[in-house]
Amino acid sequence: MCRIGAIKSKVAFHPSQALRLMLPQQEGHDNSGFAMVMQDLEGVFGQYKDKPLLSLACTQKGAQMVENYMEAHNFTRAYEWVPKLNRKPGLDIKAMPHYIFRCYDYPEQYQNAAQAAKEELLLDTRLALRAMLEKEDQGYAFSLWPDVLTLKEIGDPRDIAVYFRLWDDSGELMAKNVVVQCRQNTNYEIVRYAAHPFFIQGYTLCANGENTFYTKNKEYQKSLHRGYIGFESDSQNFLYTLHYVLHQLKWPIKYYKHVVTPLPFEEIEKRPDKAELKLIRQSLGHLEINGPNTIIGMLPNNSLITCCDSKKLRPVVIGGDGTTIAISSEVCGLNVVVPDRDPACDVYPDEREVVVITPDLEVQRWKQ
Amino acid sequence: METVTKTQDVTFNDLPWKIEYSPERCTMCGSCVAACTFKAIEAAVERRSVTISTAHVPEPTQTHRAIPVIKQKNSVANFCRGCGMCEKVCPNRAIRPVRNDDSRLNLLARGGGNPIKRGGRNNLIKERTLDKIVIGRISQMTDPSLDSERHTFDILAPFGRVLLPGELPFSIDDGDLKLSDWTPPVRWIYPVIFSDMSVGALSTRAWEAVCLATAYLNEKYDMPVRMCSGEGGMPVQLMKSEYLKYMIIQIASGHFGWNRIIKAMPHMKVDPAGILIKIGQGAKPGDGGLLPAAKVAEHIQAIRGVPKADLLSPPNHQGLYSIEESVQKMHMSLNAAFKFRVPVAIKCAASATSVSVYNNLLRDPYKICGGFFLDGIQGGTGAANEVSLDHTGHPVVSKVRECYIAAVKQGRQGQIPLWAGGGLGLTGNAAADAFKMICLGANGVFLGKLLIQLCGCIGNEESRCNACNTGLCPTGICTQDPRLVRRLDVDKAAQNIVDYMLALDAEIRKMMAPIGNSSLPVGRSDALVTTDKAIADKLAIQYSC
Repeated sequence: MCRIGAIKSKVAFHPSQALRLMLPQQEGHDNSGFAMVMQDLEGVFGQYKDKPLLSLACTQKGAQMVENYMEAHNFTRAYEWVPKLNRKPGLDIKAMPHYIFRCYDYPEQYQNAAQAAKEELLLDTRLALRAMLEKEDQGYAFSLWPDVLTLKEIGDPRDIAVYFRLWDDSGELMAKNVVVQCRQNTNYEIVRYAAHPFFIQGYTLCANGENTFYTKNKEYQKSLHRGYIGFESDSQNFLYTLHYVLHQLKWPIKYYKHVVTPLPFEEIEKRPDKAELKLIRQSLGHLEINGPNTIIGMLPNNSLITCCDSKKLRPVVIGGDGTTIAISSEVCGLNVVVPDRDPACDVYPDEREVVVITPDLEVQRWKQ
Repeated sequence: METVTKTQDVTFNDLPWKIEYSPERCTMCGSCVAACTFKAIEAAVERRSVTISTAHVPEPTQTHRAIPVIKQKNSVANFCRGCGMCEKVCPNRAIRPVRNDDSRLNLLARGGGNPIKRGGRNNLIKERTLDKIVIGRISQMTDPSLDSERHTFDILAPFGRVLLPGELPFSIDDGDLKLSDWTPPVRWIYPVIFSDMSVGALSTRAWEAVCLATAYLNEKYDMPVRMCSGEGGMPVQLMKSEYLKYMIIQIASGHFGWNRIIKAMPHMKVDPAGILIKIGQGAKPGDGGLLPAAKVAEHIQAIRGVPKADLLSPPNHQGLYSIEESVQKMHMSLNAAFKFRVPVAIKCAASATSVSVYNNLLRDPYKICGGFFLDGIQGGTGAANEVSLDHTGHPVVSKVRECYIAAVKQGRQGQIPLWAGGGLGLTGNAAADAFKMICLGANGVFLGKLLIQLCGCIGNEESRCNACNTGLCPTGICTQDPRLVRRLDVDKAAQNIVDYMLALDAEIRKMMAPIGNSSLPVGRSDALVTTDKAIADKLAIQYSC
C-alpha cells in the first residue's frame, strides 16, 4: 500500500516538509519512487502565479522538441528555474538528463481569453507534449498549469531528495500546498507517469490501495474525455472522476463521494434526495470505486479533500496546529510535521465521510 | 417360427428408449401403466415357456402358459420418452427406461411429411463456455478479500433506461442537485429474473408455484426478484392485487392475453414491475410462439380469449418492419399505456446481428428502451420444430460480451441494461453462470428451465422427456390436463425455488467476497480467467494455463 500525504499551511513551506511527512512511513513504501505536486507557490515562482508552469523530465532531444513545439505554438518563455542537481555517486535514482520547470506567457491570442478557453489550451498543449515525447521515448510532461509544480522520479525518496537538494531549505521552492506520495509498487511497471499524484486541469489526486473496479472505471473514462489517458496506475481513475464530476458536470463537490462510493440502495430510499442520488448511482455506476482505497485530492481553489472507499479498508488521518494541517496515511507522519498539535483533535474519517480543508484552513467534515 | 419379412415395421429397438422389464419382480399392480402419460407401455399377455411342478414330490415339467406382462408399444406415436415415471412409481424396481443408442426416431418421426416438433431444450450443443471460465482474480494481500457473511453486499441490477450523466436534468440549488424534469423509470431489482413462461405453456399450478416463490422471496426475504408473465396474459385477480408489482408483463406477437390486461388496467392498484416486448426467443429464433391445441384447455381459452386451436404467434409483430418502428410504435405505446412510469424492455433471440440491434436501441432519440434481453440457443421452450431447437440460434455468452464492448466503445455501457438468458443454470449452478455473465458485462440474467426443473421437471439436454408440446407432461408442469396437473405439489415446487434462490444469493456473495467487491462487478472482465485460448481471445479475458 503506497503511503500518501498532503500538507497545507498558511505559511509557505519547503518540500523537505513533505519528505519528513513520508519518511516515518518508510515500512509502507518500497523505494520505487517519489512524487509531489506543489500548488500556491512562493519562492522563485511566487511572482509568476498567473503564468502556466511546465513540469518536465526529458532527454536533451526531448528538451529541444518541447522548445520547438512551444515556440511554434506561440508560447513565450517567462521564467525558468533549473534545479542544482547533486550528482553524488551511489544514489538510488534513475535520473533523467533534464528537469525543466518553466513558466510561459500565454500565446498572444489567448491573453484576453476566457478562463475556460485557457484551461482547454493548457490541457491540449500538455497532451500534445506528452504524445510527442512518448512517441520517441524522450521524456515526460507532468503538468502545465499556473502556480502548480510537479516532480516525479524513480528511486529511493531519500536519495531523490538528495539529488534535487530537497533537504536544503534554500527558500527557492516554496508552496502553501503539497500533495505527496512514496510508492509501493504492485501492479504496474515502474514508470514515471504511474507515480501519484496525478494532475489534470487544476485537479491533483493521489490514492493508495488497489482499485478493484479499475477495468470498469477505465473502460468508461476512455470515452468520457480526451484528457483521460494513460491509466498506468489504477489511481488515475479517481482523478479523472474528480475532474469529471467537478469540472465537466460542474456538480457541487459533495457529489464526488456519491459517485465514487454510492450509498446502498436501502439507504438511498430513506433519503429526501433519493431521486437525485438514485439517478447519480445509475448513470455513473461505472465510476464507482469498490475499495480498498484512500484518496487525497487538491482542487484548483487550493482546497484539499480526502475520503475512503465504502468499506474503509485503508487508513488516513488529518491533524493540524492552526497554521499547518497535514493529511497522512499514518499518524507517525503527522507527529513529525505537526508535532505541537493536539492529537485528540485528529480526524480519522470513516467510510461515509469526506473531509475538506478549505483555502483558509477550515476543516469541514461532511457525512455522505 | 417367424422369419424377418417386415423389416420396415417399427419395433422398440428403433425407438430412443427401450423399456427394461423384469417379469419376475413385477406384481402387475398397474402403477407404471397408470403413470405413463405417453401410453408407451401397456399390460399385455405373453406366451411363455415355464417349468412347473404340481405333485407332492418334485416332478418338473415344461409347459406353455399365457402370463400377464408389461410391454412397450412398438409405435412412433407412443414412443417412450425416458421420463422414468414408471421406475419412479414401481414398488418393486421391475421396470425402467434405458437409452437406445441405435434409435432411428429421427428417420421415422417425419411421417405424413410433418416436421418433428417437441418441447424442451437444445439437445445438440454439449459444450459450455461458462464452464471453461473461472473467477481467477482473487484479493490476496495487495487488497483484502471481503467476508461473505459479515460485509453487506448490494446485489441489484437496473431494469429501465439509464441516462448519460450529462443528460441528467439537474439544476443546482444552494449547493444541492435538484431534479428538474422527468427521467425514464428505472427499477433496481435482483439480477435474476424468472423468465417468461406463459400460463398455457405451463400448467396454471406450475405458473402459480413460480408466482408464490416470487412473492415469498420479496415479502419474506426482501429479495426483489421479478417474474415475467410470458405471452399468455395473467389471472385478473393477480392483476388487481398488490403482487402485480413483482410481475413483468410480456407482450409478444400474438398479443395473447392483452385484451384482459387492458381491461384490468383501470383496476390495477399498483404498477407492474415492467413490460417485456418479446421479439424472439433463443430456443426457436425467428419463429413465433406455439401453444398446441392439446394444451389450450378451457381456462387457457378464457385467459387468452381464443377457441381451442393451435395458437401460433407470428414470427413478427404485425406492422413492424424496422427497429425505428418498433421504438416508435411498440415502445412508445407500451410506455404510454402506463403513463411512462413502467420500464419497457425488449427480448430478442441472440443472433449474429444482435450488436446492430443493440447499437440501434442505444442511439434511439427517445431513450425509451429499458433493457435488452438476449436469449441464447440453449434456451428452452414449450413447443418448437426440432430443427429450430437444435439447429438455429446463437450462443449467448460471446454475444452479450460483444454488445457490452460495443457499448463501451461508445461510452454507453449500462444505458440499456443487458440481461442474458438461454441455458444459464443448465448444470444447476446458476449463481456461477450469472456471476460470470455479469463480469462479462451483463447486468443480470433470466432463468426459465431451471425453475421448472426445481418444480420437478425431469427433462434434460440428452433428449430425456422433452415432451412439453404434447400436453402429456408427466410431472404436471407443462400440461393443462387436470389429472396430470394434480401431480404437482405447488407449495413444494415454490419452496424448492425459494430455497434455490436463497442458496444462489449466498453463492453470489461467495464470489463477490473473494474479488473484494460489495457491488456487482458489472463488466469486471479482469476477474475472469480461462484455460481456453480461443475463449480468452473472443471474450477479451485473461488466458491462463
